[in-house]
Amino acid sequence: MSEAVVTLEGVDKRFDNGVQALAGVSLRVAPGEFLALLGPSGCGKSTVLRLAAGLDAPSTGRIDAPALRSGAADTAFVFQDATLMPWASVADNVWLPLRLAGLGRAEAWPRIEAALATVGLADFAAAFPNELSGGMRMRVSIARALVTRPRLLLMDEPFAALDEITRGRLNVDLLAAWQAQGFAAIFVTHSVYEAVFLSQRVLVMSARPGRVIDELAIDAPYPRSTEFRHSATFSAACARLAAALEAAHA
Amino acid sequence: MNASRALPVLTMLALLAGWEALVRLAQIPHYTLPAPSLVLQTLWANFGSLAASWWFTLKITLGALALACAGGVLIAAVFALSRGIERALFPVAVVLQVTPVVAIAPLILIYVESTTAALLLCAWIVAFFPILSNTVVGLRSADANLRDLFRLYRATPVQRLRLLLVPSALPYFIAGLKVSGGLSLIGAVTAEMVAGAAGRETGLASRILEASFRTETPKMFAALLLLVLTGVLVFWSFEALSKALLGRWHASERTD
Repeated sequence: MSEAVVTLEGVDKRFDNGVQALAGVSLRVAPGEFLALLGPSGCGKSTVLRLAAGLDAPSTGRIDAPALRSGAADTAFVFQDATLMPWASVADNVWLPLRLAGLGRAEAWPRIEAALATVGLADFAAAFPNELSGGMRMRVSIARALVTRPRLLLMDEPFAALDEITRGRLNVDLLAAWQAQGFAAIFVTHSVYEAVFLSQRVLVMSARPGRVIDELAIDAPYPRSTEFRHSATFSAACARLAAALEAAHA
Repeated sequence: MNASRALPVLTMLALLAGWEALVRLAQIPHYTLPAPSLVLQTLWANFGSLAASWWFTLKITLGALALACAGGVLIAAVFALSRGIERALFPVAVVLQVTPVVAIAPLILIYVESTTAALLLCAWIVAFFPILSNTVVGLRSADANLRDLFRLYRATPVQRLRLLLVPSALPYFIAGLKVSGGLSLIGAVTAEMVAGAAGRETGLASRILEASFRTETPKMFAALLLLVLTGVLVFWSFEALSKALLGRWHASERTD
C-alpha cells in the first residue's frame, strides 16, 4: 500500500479518569481519501480525530499524522459547532490560521477571498458571526479550515446541529471543495446517510471501548448528486451500515 | 428625542419640580432642606472653591481606578496562569474586599505618610476586586475548541494571549470596570471623610464636612450634586466604552 496521510496502529486511549475510549484501533487514510467514521455517541470517534490532530496523545500504539510531523499547518479541524471568534469579522476568522503562521492581512487577503468564495460567502467578509445563520457560520468554519490548503481535514460531526436541507447542501459543497483541493478527510458522523453520501470508505465503530468493527467501501463515482441518494448502491450501503451499527449498539 | 429617552428625563424633572414645590409650599427652612434652585445658586456662587475640591476628588477617583485596572488585570493574569497562586492569594483579596474601607481608612492614614497616597490606597482597595474577579473568570472563559484550534495552528503564547484570551476576557473586564468606576468614587469620598477637613489639598468630602459644621446645608447639597454628576459621568463613559468595544459582537450590548 502506498504511503498514508494518517496511520493509527493498535492505538489505545485511556483517560485519566479511567475511561477506556479506544482499544486497538488501527486505520490508514491515503492521500486525498475521504473516510467516514460512523458510530454511536461515546464510541471514541472524536478521540480518533483529536489524536490525529495531535491534540491528545495515545496511551499505547503508534500514530503518524501531519500534525505530528511538519511545522506547517497541514491539518485543519472543523468542530461540531462553528467555533468562530465572535469578536472578529468573517474575514478575520478565516484569516486566523494564516495570521498565526505570520501572514499579514493584505498578504492573506486573496486566499481569504478564495476560501470564502469556495463556501459561497464571498459577500459576507465584513459580517460578524452573530449576524449569520447556523449554516452560514458552519460555512465560515469550513472556509477557515480550507484557507491553509491542508493535506488533512478532520471534521467532528460538523453538520449535526443543522436542518436537513442545509445539511444536504453543505454535503454537496464539501464534496466540491474536496474534489477541487484533493485533501484527505476524516469525517465523523452518526448519520448512516451522510457517511454513505460523502465518503469512499466507511469505518463502523462500536462503543465502550471504542473499536473499529466493520468497514465498507462505497463504490460510486464523484461528483455525487441527489440522484446518488436515490440509487440502489446508496440504499444497499445504507442498509448494510445500519445493520452494522445495530450490532455495535447491541 | 424618542419616548425611551424622554421618560427618564421627564421623571427626573418631575421629581425636582416636586421637591421645589414642597420646599416652597411647606416653607421648609433652607438649613433643613434647600430647594433645587437654591442648590444651583449656591453651586454657582461657590464654584471656585468647589471646582478645586471636585478636581481633587476626581483625581483620586480616576487614579485609584487606573491603579485598580492595572493591579486587577495583572493579578488576574497571574491567577489565570496558576491555580496554585490563585488558591494561595485569593483569600487575601477577599479579606481586602469584605473589610469596610471606612474601618481600615484610619489605620491606612496612620501608616501612610502622604494623605494623597493613603486616599488612593483606600479607593484602590474598594475598586480593584470587581476587576480582579471578573477578569479571572474572563481569562478562563475562552472557548475550549478555540483553544484547541490555537494549539493545532501552533500559536505562540503571545498570539494566544492577544488574539484569544484578551478578547474573551474583555466583556467580563468591562463589566468589572462598570462596577469599579462607581466603587472608586465611593472609596475616595469615604477615605476623605475619614481623613477629615484638614490639609491644604482636600476634596468634595471635606467641603461637605466643612459645610455641615457650619450648617451650610445648601453648600452640602451643592457638593453632593457634583459627586452625583461625577458618578453618573463615570458610569456613562464606561457604558459608551462598552458599546464601542462590544457593540457589534457581544450579547450584553445587543438591543434586539
